[in-house]
Amino acid sequence: MRVRIRLFARLRDLAGAEELARDAAAGATVADVWAALVREYPALEPHGRTVSAAVNDDYAPMRRLVEDGDEVAFLPPVSGGRR
Amino acid sequence: MAASRFAVTRGPLELGRLVELVSLRPDEGATTPGAVATFLGLVRDRNLGRRVHHLEYEAHEALARRAFQRIDEEARGHWPGVVLAIHHRVGRLEIGDASVAIAAGSTHRAEAFAACRYAIERVKQIAPIWKHEVFDGGDVWIEGATADPDDEAARAEAMRRACA
Repeated sequence: MRVRIRLFARLRDLAGAEELARDAAAGATVADVWAALVREYPALEPHGRTVSAAVNDDYAPMRRLVEDGDEVAFLPPVSGGRR
Repeated sequence: MAASRFAVTRGPLELGRLVELVSLRPDEGATTPGAVATFLGLVRDRNLGRRVHHLEYEAHEALARRAFQRIDEEARGHWPGVVLAIHHRVGRLEIGDASVAIAAGSTHRAEAFAACRYAIERVKQIAPIWKHEVFDGGDVWIEGATADPDDEAARAEAMRRACA
């Protein structure tokens, strides 16, 4: 199956890519999609601890199964601001 | 200007429009608000000792609109009858430009103020929006915490601040 991947902000800068289409194995999770991406773009590796994800425009846990045609977005920590 | 209560926009924010959106209740039979509290976030000229030149905001727009809607639902769960409008601007913003506008309408002022404060705290926590700061001598992505809408501790902290 094939999924569309979107990268935002710092993650996009590190990969030098904003949108990608990649194959994923049946039964793959969001975490598997991320792991494959890190193999392709090793600069993303340190960000695995703080990344969050959205599938089809909804926040999704890394354990979520992906389906053919899904859009998987990887999001760095949001801008926040304590004050 | 967006007609929706939840929007990500490239143009300037119009706070008056948000006030209208929470004041004129389209649903028949709903109570008209007796109070509207508003918040406007502006681009500061200094951050962490740096002299800021400008900011570039970026969003996952569809997810951001959903996050705004979720914040509205959370607020209504705590303050029944509260209606929020949340608009965030993206693209290049200069010093003094408004980046985020919030209006909270309610029957009475106490709930309007509290819901408005709650909304901005939650926007900062869970809206998928990133800020790239260009300052004298460099540029940097500003990153806070990992966005997790189901993080109950973060939500409790936003509620604590809203009710302080």
